[in-house]
Amino acid sequence: MRRGYRNHTLWVAYLLHRLSGVALALFLPVHFWVLSYALNQPEHLDGFLRWSEMGIVKFAEFGLVFLLAAHLFGGLRLMALEWLPWTSGQKTAAAGAVAASTLIAGVFLMRAI
Amino acid sequence: MANETHMSVSVWRGDAVGSFQPFEVKVEDNQTVLDVVAWIQQYADPTLSYRYACRVGMCGSCAMMVNGTPRWTCRTHVKKVLVDGHMQIAPLRNLPVIKDLATDMDPFFDKWVAAEGVHHPTLTRNDPIEALDPAAEARVESAAGIECINCSVCYAACDTVANNPDFLGPAALQRAWSVYNDSKNADKQAVLDAVSGVGGCHNCHSQGSCAVHCPNALNPMNAIAGLKRETARNFFKRRS
Repeated sequence: MRRGYRNHTLWVAYLLHRLSGVALALFLPVHFWVLSYALNQPEHLDGFLRWSEMGIVKFAEFGLVFLLAAHLFGGLRLMALEWLPWTSGQKTAAAGAVAASTLIAGVFLMRAI
Repeated sequence: MANETHMSVSVWRGDAVGSFQPFEVKVEDNQTVLDVVAWIQQYADPTLSYRYACRVGMCGSCAMMVNGTPRWTCRTHVKKVLVDGHMQIAPLRNLPVIKDLATDMDPFFDKWVAAEGVHHPTLTRNDPIEALDPAAEARVESAAGIECINCSVCYAACDTVANNPDFLGPAALQRAWSVYNDSKNADKQAVLDAVSGVGGCHNCHSQGSCAVHCPNALNPMNAIAGLKRETARNFFKRRS
């Protein structure tokens, strides 16, 4: 439950980073499993690639790319926070990470459809 | 029922186990949350337990959860927190409840000591007083945290404390950072050793609730980031 003390930008950024990390941890084994088809069962991979042409799957991939980008930029933000001299624009950095992630995922979706 | 002249206030009664008790309190033009608690104790139920001392935001005694958010109640105006004529008041989160709104602050202060937030003198009382340069970089870092009033609002707002009872917490670590940067502190290594172990600064997830809710607008997250940098630098320095 979102409690009152959590209603601020950096807590939401923390939640996004944690959820995207969990989602990617679940996604990556499936991703490598599908890639293994290229070596072992190419006909299965072709079937999967045809399935991935569906609009709903492409939209789901948009979500995946967003989560990957959000985790990447969120991680860079945290490394900057912890390793570089402190700056006051931490909320701006978090918002910038989300904006960059949205841009990258949006470009991916535009190219996919 | 809440209306323009009265508000409904739910107050925690009990210790770890208990329930919220409703009270009707008259709305005044100028009224803090602490005023409301004091009114209830004086006029509605004298068995209500709570803690306060200075009433002017200096002593750090009266912090409570107001509508789920930790606040210094003596400096929180009722009109700022009233929602549809209602307000909920509970004891501070992450601390054992003694009774009603009074929490046991021992774990909070024990962690100040555990974080080595104590003075390690460089001189004796027989030496002349050492001059400080207020503009020195380390002094500016040190000075940023010394207005802490030990109210435990940051400690109550911290989810890392909630999930890891060993975590020293924002206030203790900020104190350690102030002591670390003090040019009159003779034992920096003791501070770094204290804050880099189990429950130390590296447990912080940088959620930033401490900085958002600190009533004195201090930034423990900044201090903890500084400790993370210095403990890491110290780790590599000692290995080389």
